[in-house]
Amino acid sequence: MSYNKPLPRLDTLNKPFWDATKQNRFLLQHCPSCGDTRFPPGPVCPKCLAGEQTWIEASGKGTLESWVDMHRAYWDGYKDELPYRVCLVRLEEGPVVVSNLVDKTENLRMGAPVKVVFEAVTDEVTLPKFTLA
Amino acid sequence: MTELKDLKDKIAVIGVGNTRYGNFPEIDDYGLAAHAFRNAVQDCGIDKDKIDGLLVSRIPYYARMGEVLGLNPKWTITLPGHGRMSGMGIIEAATAIAAGHCDYAALLYANIGRSRRVNYGGDESPGTWDPWGFTSPGAAHAMMFRRHMELYGTTTRQLAEVSVSIRYHACLNPDAVMRNPITIEDHESARFITAPLRLLDYCLINDGAVCLILTSKERAKDFAKPPVLISGFGAQETYSPSSIANFDMDFWYPAISAAGKQAYDMAGVGHKDVDALMCYDNFSPTVLFSLEGLGFCGRGESGAFVENGGLSLGGKLPVNTDGGHLSNSYMQGWALNVEAVRQLRRECGARQIPDCEVVQYVQPTPCTRSIIYTRG
Ligand SMILES: [Zn+2]
Repeated sequence: MSYNKPLPRLDTLNKPFWDATKQNRFLLQHCPSCGDTRFPPGPVCPKCLAGEQTWIEASGKGTLESWVDMHRAYWDGYKDELPYRVCLVRLEEGPVVVSNLVDKTENLRMGAPVKVVFEAVTDEVTLPKFTLA
Repeated sequence: MTELKDLKDKIAVIGVGNTRYGNFPEIDDYGLAAHAFRNAVQDCGIDKDKIDGLLVSRIPYYARMGEVLGLNPKWTITLPGHGRMSGMGIIEAATAIAAGHCDYAALLYANIGRSRRVNYGGDESPGTWDPWGFTSPGAAHAMMFRRHMELYGTTTRQLAEVSVSIRYHACLNPDAVMRNPITIEDHESARFITAPLRLLDYCLINDGAVCLILTSKERAKDFAKPPVLISGFGAQETYSPSSIANFDMDFWYPAISAAGKQAYDMAGVGHKDVDALMCYDNFSPTVLFSLEGLGFCGRGESGAFVENGGLSLGGKLPVNTDGGHLSNSYMQGWALNVEAVRQLRRECGARQIPDCEVVQYVQPTPCTRSIIYTRG
């Protein structure tokens, strides 16, 4: 069955990120001038406005800041797996990202350590998700 | 240069109007706005050709709106259909009148989201996190409320108090969309939309329109109803993380505190003076965030504050006496500002706050605003 959930809209800014996830690497945009690190990427550094931005590889480790269980399918592809769990993770490097927590347990706590796992959903796209560490 | 605080009590709301609220597939945004405008004109008795300022929000084309109403103003602003635009628009119009851009400003908002089946999520509003299925403002508020539960031990039964009190007010408002009383148990047994939030934590989606007419305090004396003064306002944006729309890790606490302080200082009033709070209740948790940010209770103490009907008429602080977005009408803040005016004019019948003198509006959003209205 073909994958029928939303896929990332690739553009020149985020392409390096999605290229890297295919190799099971999680990249963060990084400012060589001031050291600011962020996700999603931007055209300039929001701290120092430097235009030349690079990428660093994140450890993939973080802590759970929050989570929700989506009981409504805003896309048809989710209809058969409601509810599904979305998490908010603070990465070791600082940025906060939204992802899916693959664990089904109800026994979750804010601050729980989590680590990235990679799920190849199509030939072109691998999604980083998180699991309790 | 004029300082903002010099605008204290200088601008008045002279006319307010709204349509019925519901599902109206047979009428478009311009039609709804025209009805609200006519009601506001009749409310104050102004000659509509005197109106020389036009602000529209969630209305496709300002010039067509002007044509529909027969207006050729000398000041126009168009704002997108985000709820946060209501507080912004009222403040912008007040400063435009003070600066002399116009003498009489009509502010118009219309929403046809119910009859046109707007979802507020999915492909209708594309976002960074769609590949993980994270979409809709409600999900962002659920994410914040989960943090509030974890940080402060706030419970969903406490959150239910917000919806129950606001529904109680809607039951006293003959124009409200939802007029059947609810209990904490009803809240707790409602279906989840995005856990931990349930159906009764979500605002309505309905059609309708609202209009306010503003002018200077001096000119305000000439009209049918007692003017209601804009005594104070405050503002603070929080634009990161905008990629996580409608979300703030800190529940917008710094922004609400800052905007609230500006408004209190400008108006020269304090918490004890506020007879009612009109709070942008797109989702019930925003009421808790507002109470803490404005300082009606300490950080993390809003759950206890709202218990036992704390937000109901006769309680500690009546909130959204018209039934708010949760139970009256989803007019994205505009109808709450109209309710503030009607409370101060003492036109609210069964839901009237006795001796109402000061009403505060607040919108905890990436563009946080607070406005304090008084009888002057
Ligand atoms: Zn930089």
